[in-house]
Amino acid sequence: MEFYVQQILNALQVGSVYALIALGYTMVYGILTMINFAHGDIFMVSTYLAFFTSTLILGLASGLNPIVVFIATLLTAMFGTALLAVVIERLAYKPLRTAPRISAVITALGVGLFLENFMVAFKPVGPAPRFLPHLIPAVNFNIGGVTVSTIQIVIIVVSALVMLLLDTIVRRTMVGTAMRAISWDKFTAPLMGVPVDRVISMTFALGASIAAVGGTLYGMAYTIDPYMGIRIGWWAFISAVVGGIGNIRGAMIGGFILGFVEIFTPVFLPSTYRDFVAFSLLLVLLIFRPTGILGRPMVQKV
Amino acid sequence: MKRFSLFVLAVMLLSMILAACQPAAPDTLKIGLNAELTGGIPVVGESCKNAAELAAKEVNDAGGLEVGGKKYMIELLIEDNEDKAESAAAATQKLITAGVLAMIGPNASRNAIPSSVVAESSKMVMISPWSTNPKTTIIAETGLPKQYVFRAAFIDDFQGRVAARFAIDQLKTTKPAVLYDVASEYNKGIAEFYKKTMEESGIEVVAFETYTTGDKDFSAQLTNIKQAGADSLFLPNYYSEVPLQVQQARKVGFTGDIVGSDSWGNLELITLCGADCEGLFFTTHYAADIATPKAQAFIKAYEAAYGKTPDDVAALTYDSFGLLFQAIQAAGKIDRQAVRDAVAAITAYEGVTGTMQFRGSGDPIKSAVILQIKGGKFVYFATASP
Repeated sequence: MEFYVQQILNALQVGSVYALIALGYTMVYGILTMINFAHGDIFMVSTYLAFFTSTLILGLASGLNPIVVFIATLLTAMFGTALLAVVIERLAYKPLRTAPRISAVITALGVGLFLENFMVAFKPVGPAPRFLPHLIPAVNFNIGGVTVSTIQIVIIVVSALVMLLLDTIVRRTMVGTAMRAISWDKFTAPLMGVPVDRVISMTFALGASIAAVGGTLYGMAYTIDPYMGIRIGWWAFISAVVGGIGNIRGAMIGGFILGFVEIFTPVFLPSTYRDFVAFSLLLVLLIFRPTGILGRPMVQKV
Repeated sequence: MKRFSLFVLAVMLLSMILAACQPAAPDTLKIGLNAELTGGIPVVGESCKNAAELAAKEVNDAGGLEVGGKKYMIELLIEDNEDKAESAAAATQKLITAGVLAMIGPNASRNAIPSSVVAESSKMVMISPWSTNPKTTIIAETGLPKQYVFRAAFIDDFQGRVAARFAIDQLKTTKPAVLYDVASEYNKGIAEFYKKTMEESGIEVVAFETYTTGDKDFSAQLTNIKQAGADSLFLPNYYSEVPLQVQQARKVGFTGDIVGSDSWGNLELITLCGADCEGLFFTTHYAADIATPKAQAFIKAYEAAYGKTPDDVAALTYDSFGLLFQAIQAAGKIDRQAVRDAVAAITAYEGVTGTMQFRGSGDPIKSAVILQIKGGKFVYFATASP
């Protein structure tokens, strides 16, 4: 019993990060019907922003309250990553908005490769893996045979809060309404006075800052390196598709499903089968529900 | 027009005469280095490059390498294999085309094995400093030794046995577990030899868990290992991944002993791992604190040049160059086939990492050492002879 509770906790930790990144894929797709394949690498950049911010803060003032340091790091990473995503959108995607979708997708892959290799070549980063400084003291609790760490709790709780906040933004605020309007009909929305360019920038900024939350949390538990965005980006992308790409709640559900696949495959099968199970799940789902779990069937408009 | 061509002719003649009068520039001898400068294990590539440049500089400072009565300056051609199998093979091809006499590297077996196939088919000597997987020097189809591929390190059936014997005799393990990267040749090979030795000693491996290169979350596998009641864990994985595995093992509540292999032997491991790795043991090629006079000279020169203690990759790279230089001198001419025959003719070589004996294959027979991580340093614990 403790064994399964332990594995569920592990799955929630992994799934939270996937869900946070999947949100960025799904939001951009929802509004532009474009898959931003650079998103995994934007996530990678966010972990480095968190790394440099936290190192700097702890280097300047070591006696600060860890909560203050954590929140400052989180906000800086979110802001920096949002800025990066907006710049990428303006420079790389906006000129291609009327071009065929495939051009934008290839550009996105190119942007991703650029970010990876830039970070490898950029001297302060380089190819070596690193740990973030300890933002929050890592303490393990043993509750009835199940080991829970403070980092695990922070990852799961902060992710849940951010997802709740995003859901509220999209459903209750003007920006959210504008986003939904564009994703419904991007030709009529501007006629109704929705500032399309600004809302698209907003979407990229929001998606990237959520990825930065994921990045900061991820960096607290794992090592970071310039190529980390590739695998995580793929898994988050599958999460978004499984949940129904374009659907925000779907991306959250998809993220947790993939987290459970990652953790529970090695429980029942040899761990080698993990990627096989994940991709098979994607294939089977695409056959029976091409629009994902929560996605609506798309009607091709003429 | 006519006058112009006459002028050109005169200039050409004059320059030819001048060129002939110039003292002959020293000949250079190109040696390739195929290293993991970027990718998953960049510190390995850096150590390899540092040691290679040191070895070449020592020869060049002494006026070059004397081959057949003529001095040659060593020119290193360094290629980055990005720690990827396909890039490693491509880098090997590039070096062959660039006309190197021989190639040192790659280090990780996952890169050395594909490179060795290219070197073998192009009939060029390749010496891998750090690759310990048996497949590097064996032709996959026939099981016979490759003719052009050599290495400076011991092989994994020996290392796996040493690690297993250590876990049985010193750590008194009765329920060993293994977690290894199934997508990487080195990790997979040594994990299997470890398991085999355990089983030959009548001890069952209670959990034999795998992951794939680039994974960062091992909590599922480690929870399985804990659930199986393991009392020791063998992590034959690269230094960049081990700290995460050790920390996550402790996080899921695993309290047993943790043992490693030569892929741990990099100080970066201690930087990343901190207190979590204190007291752990691993098998490797050499110990800086019990160095022979030859090794001490190397350590001193390396520290003077780069400001840090050479790790096992650096020491083995240096030995690979020593082996190659000796063979080139013995060959007496700059010819790939002659150099190959000369390397194969070496039966014993006294290197920084100990005495290597070759018995008809590219694999040296040499001892392993067991080191312990103590106070942020690698400390000598024991020697295991073949």
